[in-house]
Parts: sequence; structure tokens; C-alpha cells
Amino acid sequence: MGRALAALIWVITILSVWMFVSGKWWFPPAITEHGPAYDRQFLITIIVVGVAFALSQIALGYMLWRYGARRDGSRGIYSHGNNRVELLCMGVTFVVFVTVALFGQTVWARLHFHDAPPGAARVNVVAQQFQWNFHYPGADGQFGRTDPAKIKDADLNFVGLDDADANGRDDQVVTTLVMPEGRDVELTMTSKDVTHDLWVPELRFKQDVVPGLNIRVHFKPVKTGRFELACAELCGQLHYKMKSYLIVLPQADYDALMKLPQAQFQGRITELNKLPLGLPGQQY
Amino acid sequence: MSEAVPHADSHGPEEGHAAAHHHTPPSGFIRKYIFSLDHKVIGIQYLLLALFSVFVGLIMSVLMRLNLTWPDHKWPLLGTIFKAGAPGGQMSPEFYLSLVTMHGTIMVFFVLTTAPQGGFGNYFLPIQIGADDMAFPVLNMLSFWTTLLGLVVLITAIFVEGSTAFSISLHAKSGLAKFAETYLGGGGSGTIGPIGGWTGYPTLSALGKIAGPGQGAGATLWITSIAIFCVASLLGALNFITTLLNMRTRGMSLMRMPLTCWSWFTTAILALLSFPVLLAGGILLLLDRHAGTSFFIPGNLVVSDQLLTQHAGGSPILWQHLFWFFGHPEVYIAILPGMGATSHILSTFARKPIFGYRAMVFAMFAIGLLGFFVWGHHMFISGMSPYSGMAFSVLTLCIGVPSAVKTFNWLGTLWGARIRFTVPMLFAIGFVSLFVAGGITGLVLGQTSLDLSMHDTYFVLAHFHLVMGVAAIFGMFAGIYFWFPKMFGRMMSDTLGYIHFWPTFVGVYAIFVPMHAMGLVGMPRRYASFAEYVFLNKTHPLVMLVTVAAIVTAAVQLIFLFNFFWSLFKGRRAGDNPWEATTLEWAVPSPPPFDNFGGRVPTVYRGAYEFAVPDAPEDYVMQTTPDERAANAPALAGAGEQGGEVTGNGHHDGHH
Amino acid sequence: MSTHAHVDTVPAADWGGGTLPYRVGHRKLGMWLFIVSDALTFSALLVGYSYVRLSSAEWATPFAFSPSILFSTTMTLCLLSSSFTMVMAVRASAHGRRRAARRWIGGTMVGGLAFLVLHIYEWAHLIEEGLRPFGLNPGSHFAHEWAERWPHASPLFGATFFATTGLHMFHVFTGVCYLGVVAMRIRSVKHEDVEISGLYWHFVDLVWMFVFPLIYLLSVDFKA
Ligand code: HEA
Ligand code: HEA
Ligand code: CUA
Ligand SMILES: [Cu+2]
Repeated sequence: MGRALAALIWVITILSVWMFVSGKWWFPPAITEHGPAYDRQFLITIIVVGVAFALSQIALGYMLWRYGARRDGSRGIYSHGNNRVELLCMGVTFVVFVTVALFGQTVWARLHFHDAPPGAARVNVVAQQFQWNFHYPGADGQFGRTDPAKIKDADLNFVGLDDADANGRDDQVVTTLVMPEGRDVELTMTSKDVTHDLWVPELRFKQDVVPGLNIRVHFKPVKTGRFELACAELCGQLHYKMKSYLIVLPQADYDALMKLPQAQFQGRITELNKLPLGLPGQQY
Repeated sequence: MSEAVPHADSHGPEEGHAAAHHHTPPSGFIRKYIFSLDHKVIGIQYLLLALFSVFVGLIMSVLMRLNLTWPDHKWPLLGTIFKAGAPGGQMSPEFYLSLVTMHGTIMVFFVLTTAPQGGFGNYFLPIQIGADDMAFPVLNMLSFWTTLLGLVVLITAIFVEGSTAFSISLHAKSGLAKFAETYLGGGGSGTIGPIGGWTGYPTLSALGKIAGPGQGAGATLWITSIAIFCVASLLGALNFITTLLNMRTRGMSLMRMPLTCWSWFTTAILALLSFPVLLAGGILLLLDRHAGTSFFIPGNLVVSDQLLTQHAGGSPILWQHLFWFFGHPEVYIAILPGMGATSHILSTFARKPIFGYRAMVFAMFAIGLLGFFVWGHHMFISGMSPYSGMAFSVLTLCIGVPSAVKTFNWLGTLWGARIRFTVPMLFAIGFVSLFVAGGITGLVLGQTSLDLSMHDTYFVLAHFHLVMGVAAIFGMFAGIYFWFPKMFGRMMSDTLGYIHFWPTFVGVYAIFVPMHAMGLVGMPRRYASFAEYVFLNKTHPLVMLVTVAAIVTAAVQLIFLFNFFWSLFKGRRAGDNPWEATTLEWAVPSPPPFDNFGGRVPTVYRGAYEFAVPDAPEDYVMQTTPDERAANAPALAGAGEQGGEVTGNGHHDGHH
Repeated sequence: MSTHAHVDTVPAADWGGGTLPYRVGHRKLGMWLFIVSDALTFSALLVGYSYVRLSSAEWATPFAFSPSILFSTTMTLCLLSSSFTMVMAVRASAHGRRRAARRWIGGTMVGGLAFLVLHIYEWAHLIEEGLRPFGLNPGSHFAHEWAERWPHASPLFGATFFATTGLHMFHVFTGVCYLGVVAMRIRSVKHEDVEISGLYWHFVDLVWMFVFPLIYLLSVDFKA
């Protein structure tokens, strides 16, 4: 019985490790500047914990294999423990875990501990139940004033733009997120109703969009393409359908898009949304 | 020295056991089995409550899997029961979400907080420390009935909202639906139950019906149920701590207690300190919903295209802080008793003293203590300050250290052992394996950077199902198989036990390991269907695999259920000590008499895990065996001294 | 090896089992534990209050000297003196002077009742001025005054105020009832029970010593 269980544990260990190693189910390719660093940190961590996992399971199996009850009625080792080994084990795990923890802050620090560099492309994100609204400043680079009281979905004023403000005349509000390649992007995110979460696996980035807060985040996409954008915080009935797209354009195309008058902007976005999903040439 | 001395002279001048001591067992069915003050009956009541809940939760999880795998399929039976939730038998997204919410809530609160602590703890803590009952028997009974009330309210939450057929019939009869409509913020939205997730984040949970289906009366009852549950757990915790501190019998020094007692003690402390915070949070949430306050609701919200003017100034993040300040200790409340039972059972069937008893105790306390300072790791992505995220992250990884110590000690216990592979032992070994598998991914999630991707994906689900969903459940299974003979005087069937173990062990790995892979691909949690997203297509085979595994595993649980009830009546009779174990519960008849020790007070002579004692007549020496009888085992006496680094089981207490 | 030295004897120390390690009975220990957990409920409320106050742009400070501060100070004095009478009650009971103990408990209850009456009066006053859990009653005196003086004030003032003081008031109320029961049954209860009720009462007092400065004194209106 013990040996069967030992063998089973080893088989499970091998299969579990295979699931990660096979590469069949892995992250989609990263498209942000911090992506490779993220992937490296993930790989290091998964190797560390994978080794710990495998070693523990192998050791467990070994004990079961080796130390079953004997027919001769002999007794086990009468030991209450060993403080030196105990301390050693504690020390090793402490060092390993804290090292991993500290390295695990680097990407985070890069993204969150300073503001977006000047010249970043800016987009306001306004989430609402089951729809993403992306608000671009238009040709003048200035966001128009918004007022919650002016929000009227029926009139397609999803973010409450105030007509009285000249800055807002050329602002664009669409449901697709467009970003330039190779330039920092700053998102200012808020929600009209409940908490949502902006999630694009390729970005290696996720941020809750919280009503009442204007959360500013930034990162730098470095590859073009079109990707699915999901809501990752439970926001009600149609949470699973709160879908949109992220399109990363070459800088020049992005600039051209931003200069388009309102009438053509939407049309161009529709056109862009016909691009195939994924990186150019990638099987999505 | 006699093994037991009469009760009267065993205590100081103060009340001691006397306060709790009720001499004659009650007669009459109601006093004996329903409103019983006996901790053993209450323990069984808790277990039955958990058993009922776990099967409700299990059925819900299978329904969830069915919906995720075949989103368009019609299940006629469902259609008849839930006319509104599953019209024509096809599950609606809100129905799915209410399943998720109820599954999570039931499993976390009414299974994993009740059975290991309220069930086994209630039954065995007093016996293992040599007491005749809990310190406050009446309070104990109240805790149970309050918990039951919480469960009833929670189950009601499924039905008050939506299901029109049900509402109408009730309307005529009891007016429950009307009551819900009038006082709880309205029903009739066409769903079943609350859909806010077990974490109930505002503003979704605070706005009421305007936020969509599943936010009306059902949500109110959901919070009410949680608040009731908080009160019950608080009372229970207070009782446990007092009992353990004040009612240990002669010789039962702290360091001689079985590790199970330590785990229930630590758990009770965690519960005592964390539930009041959730209670306060729950009250505030109820006020937001019904008194018009806005603790968790900021101003200028536009919900369903309507500007809300009556709310301003609050913060949804505040709820997350309050919830997770409770929530993280809560997950340790769920696992610690499992760890205790595992240690206990491993040592018993390894026929070896537990390895590093003191280290185990300290690790448990370290986990408990650190557990209060890591709640922020659930909130890295929430919009909380990134600097505090970093601090929480480092503390989070530190909590892995005591867990590693425990794992190490379990392996140490098995090393050089003579393992008897009984059914409880298999489940205890399964616990170790699953705990490592699940705990280890906590180290991935605990890093701020990595959580950027992993948060709210199936990777998190995989993590917590392995560690909580099944490791802790395996701890419960181990406990049931181990203690069943003591509780009911009969053995559970071994054959059925083995048939239960093997597929379950394989099954749960097959369910939850693939979820990691789904998480890597990026599959978000709480999605009623994955059909919308192309990037999830490649996970479809996994989704199917998980579902099949879940159905098989769930079906296998029926064997357990059958075994449980069959053995109650038909099981082989168990002696007092069928497992040849050492602790006090095995020194009394099975099942134990009304006041456990027949009015006598046992005396304890040694630590809890004296197995494989060289030269002792048997390979185990019970805690109650007087020294004269164990004395022909000279090595036993010097156990603490040998080799300098061997830690005795606290034989020194009170001497140095 | 000294075979028996380590194993045989039953540890005689406080923690060795068979004794009450803190030398207090179950009920007293239980009350201490209850107090710990109840303290956490209040902490959660006060932390919540601090959180919303700190994260609001502006916080109204409307408590004029009269009546709010005058009243709340008097209330504080009531509670303080009731703590004193409670101490006396416990002392009397310790010396077996039950009638005296009952009288002192009566005094404590009077203090508590006075607190309640003043508090309700003070609530009534604020409600009349227009304070509500959900903000301000439109058109009321406060509504006008606040719009002028604290235009960006968080509407959560009333919510935190009523929630915190309300929960505390509820504790005082149950405390008075509890003391009433103890006083009524003073002949049959043990001395320890009197002590336990004292513990509860002092705890309720102590909580007020946090509520009073945090809720009242930090919102004093110096202009008025
Ligand atoms: C029983 C319950 C339980 C337990 C014990 C744990 C244990 C741990 N959990 Fe888990 N967790 C949950 C239940 C639990 N968790 C739940 C329910 C959620 C989700 C809630 C929700 O959102 O719905 C969650 C979510 C969760 C998150 C948030 C994820 C997110 O939402 O983004 C994080 C992040 O840090 C985390 C971390 C940890 C860590 C570090 C541990 C550690 O304690 C684990 C320690 C254990 C080990 C580390 C394994 C043993 C060690 C060894 C074998 C060492 C050998 C190794 C070496 C020498 C390298 N958990
Ligand atoms: C104890 C906790 C626990 C347990 C046991 C389980 C068991 C299972 N869970 Fe659950 N689950 C949660 C806690 C748990 N879960 C939580 C907290 C959530 C999050 C909710 C939210 O997002 O809000 C969740 C969410 C969740 C989801 C995610 C839904 C989503 O996000 O969209 C899914 C999806 O498949 C799932 C599946 C399953 C399956 C298939 C099982 C099982 O079928 C696995 C097999 C189970 C067993 C083998 C156990 C049988 C046990 C007994 C018979 C006990 C015997 C009783 C005694 C000894 C007294 N669970
Ligand atoms: Cu928006 Cu989920
Ligand atoms: Cu946690």
C-alpha cells in the first residue's frame, strides 16, 4: 500500500511538472517593456517552487516507500526531533523566500514607484457595467472637462463630456483601447459604478478600476498587434462579456489616428478592429 | 499513584471544573440530542451541519463545472427547480455567479470553519485535555444554534430573490417574498441568490438592486448570514480558549498537549481577533444598503445610467481592508485544525513521536501571528498604495517559513518510522502532499510583480483549492476516519475507505492542477462562460478534463457518505483504543460516557506522542499510563536529555 | 540516569494542568476574552472612521461648545464617576458588604442612565439640526450652515457619528441592564460575578475614552 501511494505521488509529481514544462499552456508573448523581466521573474520563481515541490513530494514518497510497518514487529526510531536540522531548514527557506520576495519587487517598483515620463500618451479609462470607455484627448492633447451629471448613455455621452469646454470638442471616446508602440502610455482609470479590472494577458499587467478613485498607471508597449482585453474583477451579471480590444499601433499610425476628426475616428477604429488577433503573423 | 482521582480534590479552591459540571445526564430526546449541552453532542451536530453543507457546496461546484463546459446545454431538472435562474434548464450567467458565491461562502464558512473547529474541536478538545466539558456549555449550545441560524439565512438567500414561482406561492402563504420586497431591498429580479462572490466587494454589493440581478434581498440575507456566523464563531472561540487555559487536567502542561489542541487553540485565537472585524464590516455594509450611509460608496456614481445623488464620500477599498483583515486569518482558521489532525494522525500511524514538537507549536503560532499582517496580498491590484503592497509581499513570503518547518517536521516524523497505512493515515499523507502543492503557489502569488498577471485568474483558484479546498478537506477526512470509532463506537469500513481514498486523491489533483495552466493562459475567475474569448480556446481540453474529474470525484464522495451512515449501524465494534494511540480520548470508552471520565479526573504523566519507546512493553505509552508501569522503560525517562539536541515532549515543564 | 525525576511527577507549576493558570475562573477569563474581541469591533469602526476622514477632502467640525461639547463632557464625567462607583461596588462586595455593593451598583446605573439620557438628548438635538446617517437633511439648519462653511465636507460625518456612538450607546444600555440584574440578585451572585460586571462596565467606559476625543473633540467648532 505504501509503495503504491509512493509511486502514485511520484507520478502525480511528474505529470504536474510536465504541465508547466510542456509549454502547451503558457503565457501569451509579452508586448510590454517590462514583459521580459516579468517572464524571467516568473520563470525563476516557478523553478524555485517547482524544485521545492518536487523535492518535497519525492521525499514524501521515499518515506512511504521505505518505512512501512515490518512483519518482525520492530519499532521505529525513538526521536523527538533535532533542533539543528530544524534551524537549518528554517534558515534555508527564510533566505530563499526572502530573496525571491525582494527580487519579486523589481517589476512592480518599475511600474508603480514613479510617474509616467513626460510625453507619455495619455488615455482616460472609464469603466461601467459591461462596457469599457476609452477617452482620448484628441489632436490638442488636452482632455475636455467631464461631469458625472452629464453622463447619458442614451445620448452616447458615456464619460460625461461637457460641451461647454473647448478642450473637449476634439476628444474621442470609443470602446477600443489604442496605444502607440515604443512610447510610454499613461492610463488614468476610474469606474462609473462598480469595481472592474483592466486585464490584457499580453501586457503582463492588471489593475482594478475603482469607482471614486482616479488610478494612474503607466507602461510601455513595444510590439504592435491586436489583443483581447478582459474585465478581471467581478462586476455583476455580464462580467464575462465585458470584453474589448487593445490595439498597439506604430507611432506614426497612432499619431495619424489621433489627428482624425471625430467623424472618421470611429470608422478607423472599426477598420483597425478587423486586424487579426495577436502579434502580426502569430497564431493567436 | 492511581490513574484517576475523584474529582473534588483535583482543583484549587476556585471554581475549577465545578462551574461546568452537570452531574446527571439529561433524559429525554430533546435535551439529549437537540438542545444538548454536552460538548460531544454539539460536536456531532456541527459535523452533521458541515456534512450537509459540504454536499450542497459539492453539488453547486458540479453545476458550475457543467455550465462552464456545456454553456448552452439545457438541464431539464434544473429548469423545473429554478424557473428563473435556469429558464428552460439553461443556466443564466447570474445563476452561475450565485452558484459561485454560495459555493464559496458555504465551503469557507459553513464547512471549513465549522467541522474542523466546531466539530472535532468541540468533541475532542475537552477530552484530550482531560476535562468533562467545555467551560461554557450553554454558550456552546448557543454557538451551534447561531451557526445553524446563519446557515438557514444563507440558504434562504437563494430563494427570496427572483424565483417567481416560489415567491408567488410564498406570497400567499407566509409573505416571505413580500417581507423581502419591503424590508430587505426587494426581490423579483429573476435570479437565485446573491452574486457578489464570497468576498462581497462593494460597490457591487452595497448599491442594492440597481447594480443588477442578485443584489437585492438575497445579498442582504447573505451579509446578515455572515454577521450571524461571526457572532457564533466569536462565542465559540471564547469558549475554546477558556476551556483550554483553565480546564487542563492534572499533569496536562501546555507542552504535553496533543498538537490538535494547540491547533484548535491557535485557531480560536485567530477567530477571536478576526471575526469581530468582519462583523463590524458587515454591519457597515448593511447600513450602506439600508440606512443610506456611504461607508463603501463614493460620490458621483452613475449606475445603470442614473446618477446617484444620495451617496458620497466612502471608499470601496475600506471594505477590502476590513474583509481581508479577517479573510486572511480565516484561511488559516480553515487549515490549522487540519494541520493539527494531520500531525496527530501521522505520529500515531508512523508509530513514532512527532518530530520537533516544540517547533510545530512555534510554527503554528508564527503562522497565526504573521497571518494578521499579510492581508494586503489580496489587494496588490486593488489600487492600494504600491509601497504597502511591497511590505505585505515580503511578510507574505515570510509566512512560508513556518509552513516549510511544518512540512519538514511531517517528513521527519515519517523518517525511520513503521508506517501503518490505515485509511486515516492515507488521508493525512494526502494532506501533506496537497498542502505542499497548494502552498507553494502562494509564493508565486505573494510577489507583487507576479500578481500583476496572476491575480483573479484560475491560478489563484488552483492555489486555494489545493490548499483549502482539498488539503483542509483531507484533514477533515483523516479526522473522521480516525475519530469515528471513538465518536460512535464502531469502525468505518476499511474497504470502502480505501475505495474512497484512491480516486479522490487522484481526482482532486486532476481537478486542480490543470487550473494552474488555465491561469497561466490568463483565464479570469468568475466567468460564466469562456466562449467570448479567443485566447482561451486552447484551454478547452483542460476545462473538459477538469469537469470530468470533478464529476467523478464528486460521485466518489457518495461512497464516503454511504460508509459513514452504514458504519453508524453496521460497522465493526471498536474497542477503547483501536488505533493503539496515546492521547486521553483513547483512555475512555467508545463512545465516551456523558461526562467523559465518569466523574474522575485523569492524571497525565507525559507528552502526547510516546511511540516506539525502547523497552516499553508496547510500542506506545499512553499519556495516562503511570510511571511505575512505564518505568521498565528507562530510556523514556531521559528522553529529553539524550544527545543534547533531541527535544523532549516537554517533559521538563515545571522543573527547570 | 535519574529515571523518575523527569517523568513521574505532575508538574506543579501554574501551567502544569489541574490549576487555573491566571487564577481566575472561567467566567472572568471569558469576559476578558469577550472584551478583547469587542475591542476589535470598536477598533474596526474607529479605523474605518479614520480611514474615511483622512481620505476625504474636508471634514466638518460642527460641534459647538453648547450643547454638544458641554453635553459630551458631562457624559464623560458621568461615565467616569460611574466607573468610580463601580470600583466601590466591587470593593464592598469583596468585603462581603452586599447591601453596600448593591447601592454602589445602583449609583453606577444612575451614572450610566444619565449618560444615556444626555446622549439621546444630544442625538435628538443633532437630528433636529439636520444630521442624518446618510448626510444632512436638505433644507435643515445644518444643511445651510455646512454648505457655507465646509462646502466639500464628506457626507459621512453623520454615518460615522451615529454608527460609532450608536454601538457604544448600545453597549452602555446592555451594561445598565446587566448591572441591574447583578444588583437584583446581589444576594445570590458570587463576588466574582460582581467583578465581572465591573470589568464589562470599565471596558465600556474605556471605549468612550477613545470615542469622545476621536469623534467629539476632533470635531469641535472653534468659531462658534
Ligand atoms: C487554507 C487556506 C489557505 C492557505 C493555507 C493559504 C496559504 C498561502 N497563501 Fe493563499 N489564498 C487562499 C487560501 C489559503 N492560502 C484563498 C481562499 C485565496 C483566495 C481568496 C479569494 O480571492 O477568493 C488565497 C489567495 C492568496 C493570494 C492572493 C492572490 C490574488 O488574489 O491575487 C496570495 C498572494 O500572496 C496568497 C498567498 C499565500 C501564501 C504565501 C500562503 C502560505 O501560507 C503558503 C505556505 C506553504 C508553503 C510555502 C508550502 C510548504 C513549504 C515547503 C514544502 C517548503 C520547501 C521549500 C523550499 C525550501 C523552497 N494566497
Ligand atoms: C473548502 C473550500 C472549497 C472546496 C472543498 C471546493 C470544492 C470544489 N470547488 Fe470550489 N471554491 C471555493 C472553495 C472550495 N471549493 C471558493 C472559496 C471559491 C471562490 C468563490 C468566489 O469566487 O467567490 C470557489 C470557486 C470555485 C470555482 C470557480 C468559479 C469561478 O470563479 O468561476 C470552481 C470552478 O470550477 C470551483 C470548483 C470546485 C470543485 C470542482 C470542487 C470539488 O468538487 C472538489 C472535490 C471536493 C471534494 C472531494 C470534497 C468533498 C468533501 C466531503 C464529502 C467532506 C466530508 C465531510 C466531513 C468529513 C464532515 N470552485
Ligand atoms: Cu467589469 Cu467585470
Ligand atoms: Cu491570504
